[in-house]
Amino acid sequence: MYSYSDFDAAFVTERNRQFRAQVERRIAGHLTEDEFKPLRLMNGLYLQLHAYMLRVAVPYGTMSGPQMHQLATIADTWDKGYGHFTTRQNIQFNWPRLRDVPDMLDALADVQMHAIQTSGNTIRNVTADHFAGAAQDELADPRPVAELLRQWSTDHPEFQFLPRKFKIAVTGSPNDRAVTRAHDIGLRMIERDGAIGFEVIVGGGMGRTPMIGKVLRDFLPQEDLLPYTEAVVSVWNLLGRRDNKYKSRIKITVHEHGIDAIRDMVEDRFTLLRSQFTGVDATHLARISKDFAAPAFVTQDTAPFDLAYQRDPVFRSWVDTNTSSHRAPGYAIAQISLKAHGQTPGDATSDQMRAMADLAERFGHNELRVSHEQNIVLPHVHKSNLPTVFAILQQHGLATANIGLVSDIIACPGMDYCALATARSIPIAQEIATRFDELGNEHDIGDLKIKISGCINACGHHHVGHIGILGLDRAGTETYQITLGGDHTETAALGVRTGPGFSAEDIVPAVERVIDTYLAIRTAPDETFLHCYNRVGMVPFKAALYTTSEHADAA
Amino acid sequence: MARAFVPKVVTANDLLEGDVIYLTADNQWSRHLHEAYIVTDTDQADQRLADSQGHANAVGIYLADVTLTGPEPVHFREDFRRRGPSNYHHGKQAAS
Ligand code: HEM
Ligand code: SF4
Repeated sequence: MYSYSDFDAAFVTERNRQFRAQVERRIAGHLTEDEFKPLRLMNGLYLQLHAYMLRVAVPYGTMSGPQMHQLATIADTWDKGYGHFTTRQNIQFNWPRLRDVPDMLDALADVQMHAIQTSGNTIRNVTADHFAGAAQDELADPRPVAELLRQWSTDHPEFQFLPRKFKIAVTGSPNDRAVTRAHDIGLRMIERDGAIGFEVIVGGGMGRTPMIGKVLRDFLPQEDLLPYTEAVVSVWNLLGRRDNKYKSRIKITVHEHGIDAIRDMVEDRFTLLRSQFTGVDATHLARISKDFAAPAFVTQDTAPFDLAYQRDPVFRSWVDTNTSSHRAPGYAIAQISLKAHGQTPGDATSDQMRAMADLAERFGHNELRVSHEQNIVLPHVHKSNLPTVFAILQQHGLATANIGLVSDIIACPGMDYCALATARSIPIAQEIATRFDELGNEHDIGDLKIKISGCINACGHHHVGHIGILGLDRAGTETYQITLGGDHTETAALGVRTGPGFSAEDIVPAVERVIDTYLAIRTAPDETFLHCYNRVGMVPFKAALYTTSEHADAA
Repeated sequence: MARAFVPKVVTANDLLEGDVIYLTADNQWSRHLHEAYIVTDTDQADQRLADSQGHANAVGIYLADVTLTGPEPVHFREDFRRRGPSNYHHGKQAAS
């Protein structure tokens, strides 16, 4: 794993010192809120509905055991004993007091973490495939490149006052688990003539104007990554609209100018910049890569695993649902669901954090990941240890076998926390999960992604949910709109709205009708919801949603 | 005909705690909606909003619609603000 250089450590310490002084000046009344707000946002501090919120970056979702332990300590010392893991591989603390935030940042710095550029009009936390370095289908680990991008973008003098936020995601696998097509820049590692490079996708995004990213360069040699990325951001920095924040993201710039014109401008700028990057970036990347060397995988008998798998149906169900193939023989990738039925998606108590940290230290080569699906991943577990890992997870309420199923819902904080929300999202997620747990059919339903946002900003990725739910305020009532057919993978697609929305009481039964329809019309149990929708289209789902007696009455 | 004025309270978040606060009759900030002063016409609303701007401990000051009796929030957002999140017993609901 990457370890801070002296430069990094000094930089974060200095930044924390500055922020501590800024907080003091704000409390003493020497800074107005207008002056202070951009400063706190640059350091990840928001003011939400009921309290401040501190957003901490987990770069490319990778953490060590001691880092997770420290998050637990922070949650206990300065918050309410829990944290919320987010779709951008961050963790949010929902209840810090302003005075305590500098101490929290120092505690983070002690374990080489920070909250810099988790907000504001900057290049945000670079996200990556949460299976990076472990996935069987991977070309190469994308994290060295993500780390290079992080270092390049952190405090980059040209990019501190961008037209708007800027998000980069990287994947090293053909199976896109990093939602690269919904980012300002998505990088997909590919191989050409034996050399590694990237397909560069630009202008994807969600929000009120969702767009699937377009290919800007079909092959970018790895050594050109920084000058090319810098060219993209700097072209947008000049062109991007600062007059209207709804039109400021690069997706709109690409849309307004056309991908070909943007490509020409980027190539021109790239030609200029390329000569200024003297190759230090390549040398540096080589150095970073060493930090991401694979752990020392062991060879061990998998008999304990095989036996438990045969004998224990509960364990078997968890293995089948929550683990994935690892590239090292005898190993598995284990996902820890933070979606126990009825709980808040993405939340973990400090006890659970400590349990996960211990598991990583004892059985997981000291690595943890945060997935954009708001779960935690133990990327490297030898199968022989899985029965013990599972038993410990059970003791901590972390053994829910639902990865990829109906109850594995992405939900943004919504109006329970977020000041921008138009409706709540967490209770809807809780109710859907509880309902399908009662029905007991989620394993039969199979692969299904429900994603919920509490407003049009789409932090909950609803546009790319197989079933997307968007909470709105319609004449003073929480109302939920459904979209179907979204796809977050390499075959990315935006969901299509079904029609009028549903009240908070009616949304869960509505989702149930959609799923019942799918169960009735799928060709075989292994035809997924998404496949079925793509085959039959909207019509049967619409019929199920809007021709029931209650809607007939209302009409 | 002009629309009837909807009664309002002046509300904000506390600088140090972040908690929701309401302006009282004597220009103090209270954590409780029932202690808020209810403004009943536009001039009064503008006046109190303007006066409150100088308060260093209040962030994001604005007017929120309420009912005359209670007062009770008109919008569900204000109902959540005076209570706390629905997934945990945290925020104001825990203190009361
Ligand atoms: C304080 C709470 C939050 C605020 C104020 C906030 C604000 C916003 C805004 C304004 C947008 C729209 C950007 C645009 O269209 O230009 C957005 C998008 C987004 N946010 Fe948040 N958000 C919050 C919490 C979260 C959380 C908790 C997550 C992760 C779970 C998240 C992840 C995202 C993602 C993935 C997008 C869509 C991608 C994009 O187009 O940028 N946000 N957010
Ligand atoms: S989607 Fe809206 S409600 Fe949800 S976190 Fe983003 S800004 Fe807040």
